[in-house]
Amino acid sequence: MRRYLIRLTTCMTIFVMLIFAVGWLFRHAPPAGALAWGAAVLPAVPILGTFWTIFRLLEEETDEFIRHMLVRQSLFATAFCLSIMTVWEFLQNYEVVPSGTHGFGAAFLWFVGLGVGGMVNGLAMRRDCAEDELGEAE
Amino acid sequence: MNNRLRVLRAEHGWSQQDLADRLGVSRQSVNAIEKGRYDPSLPLAFTIADVFGLPIEAIFLREGTPE
Repeated sequence: MRRYLIRLTTCMTIFVMLIFAVGWLFRHAPPAGALAWGAAVLPAVPILGTFWTIFRLLEEETDEFIRHMLVRQSLFATAFCLSIMTVWEFLQNYEVVPSGTHGFGAAFLWFVGLGVGGMVNGLAMRRDCAEDELGEAE
Repeated sequence: MNNRLRVLRAEHGWSQQDLADRLGVSRQSVNAIEKGRYDPSLPLAFTIADVFGLPIEAIFLREGTPE
């Protein structure tokens, strides 16, 4: 878990630096051609790094139950993200909502889903432990 | 899958954390297995059997088998 937190913090720090740097570049000296493609893709790289970090966490976790809970959390995040994106796409297809996501794309929704999944896992584990303590007290 | 983990643990006077330490897993794992919310893998089931010095079938029971 410690390695996961270090990797995650590193990726997020790089992401924040790049999002501001690339934004500044496009506002003040917009690149053209291949350079524009390269610069625009740069902030996505640490996000991909975050996905790799989560994959490594699942690989390195030695406690099989905790790994099971993490997999469940990731599946919840995937279902959450795909559901919202699918509904949003249909709303866009029929021009009910404006096009674009205003920067809140699939990755953002997936991480929101991961957070919600983590809370659901945490509540379930806390409930089990509380039931147990109650049982032992009786 | 039913199991006799809670009974066996009580017989040994171990807390969930004591058993978790012996198995090299988290307390949450022991809790989930005891409650039947999570079925352990075969390697973990063998480790549990080793810790109690019993065969696997004396700890883990088929669904519907009385404990």
